[in-house]
Amino acid sequence: MCEYGAGNVRSVLVACERLGVDARATGDPDEVERADLAVLPGVGSARSAMEGLAARGLDDALRERVAVGRPTLGICLGLQLALEWSDEDGGVRGLALLTGRAARLQHGRVPRIGWARVEPGGEEFYFAHSFAAETPAATATSEGVVAVAESDGFLGVQFHPEKSGRAGARFLERCLSPA
Amino acid sequence: MPLPRLIPCLDVAGGRVVKGVRFQQLRDMGDPVELGEAYSEAGADELVFLDIGATVEDRKTLVDLVRRVAARLAIPFTVGGGVRAVGDAEALLEAGADKVAVNSAALAQPELLTALAERLGSQAVVLAIDATGGEVRSHAGSRAVDRRAVEWAREGEERGAGEILLTSIDTDGTRDGYDLGLTREVAEAVSVPVIASGGAGSAAHVAAALDVAQAALLAFILHENPARLESLRSELRDLGVPLRDAG
Repeated sequence: MCEYGAGNVRSVLVACERLGVDARATGDPDEVERADLAVLPGVGSARSAMEGLAARGLDDALRERVAVGRPTLGICLGLQLALEWSDEDGGVRGLALLTGRAARLQHGRVPRIGWARVEPGGEEFYFAHSFAAETPAATATSEGVVAVAESDGFLGVQFHPEKSGRAGARFLERCLSPA
Repeated sequence: MPLPRLIPCLDVAGGRVVKGVRFQQLRDMGDPVELGEAYSEAGADELVFLDIGATVEDRKTLVDLVRRVAARLAIPFTVGGGVRAVGDAEALLEAGADKVAVNSAALAQPELLTALAERLGSQAVVLAIDATGGEVRSHAGSRAVDRRAVEWAREGEERGAGEILLTSIDTDGTRDGYDLGLTREVAEAVSVPVIASGGAGSAAHVAAALDVAQAALLAFILHENPARLESLRSELRDLGVPLRDAG
């Protein structure tokens, strides 16, 4: 669990503990690179988050592990940081684990906050975001917004599985089962 | 648009959940950790925790309580009361809150909203407004402020608030229905989500509030019997309100 000064690390830890998984928050790049599953949670702004990752060397650690196909889960801002670019904060270069960019939501009330259905699958998850991914790696959407994107070992979700009740617990369980 | 949300609210004083009528005559309604978990299990879409005694209680006690409540929740968790600085908000998020609600401190120093949004993101910053007759009150309703609720909501959004939690003191705890006029006025004035608060007495009241706002806060109607949340959800579905499937 990447700890980099920008995130709801505790919520994700609590959710993992509830599933009986040995999860730990760390800012140590070696540990992040070698873990069975690395989680990049995130709330807050793209720029300070990227700075937090870079200051700890976690950006390279994440690139290294994704390059060799080790499973990595990005949540919310963690998905947006994985892209090549984010329009947030005047433009921020991302980790480039996925092709594409994060752009500000143009429709409805922003921030987009609440539970919404994700297709395919039809389950409802909790979203809280002002920016969203635009990427060819999208594998699921919610009301026209990219909800899931994946490539190689990286899986990014725009919603918060750790805050999505039973549906979220089932999702995390699926992510954690190969680990 | 995401689905309408039902949000139980724990007003906490002295470590206990309390509820009053029009912010007066507080009654003990139970333990926040137990009630929070009960609501999370019963299908609440989020939980709000307002430390209404925050001006007198010390921060550490509050943060510890927030940590214990958060540990039992599988839904989003907003905490308010006594947040005066970015550091206060960060301590609450570190303890497991997902959003912070600010009220009196934002009135005293509106730039706090911007500082919070820059650090935490707008989606984690809730501007709580208590109003009577459309006029804002601060310090848990005890002090008049020379601001209209609609204008303050609009300014709050511009300064970085990502949600408006609008409580009508006139309807709070009365079970006579939400203040729909004021709620509609505020919802039309801003483009962030609005949470209606104060006055829920029946499913029809809640449905009417969800027609003008994106979420409805619930307190009195639930605390005496938390299982009421499940029956309320099915009554609302029967009224045509599309709620999430909490199964």
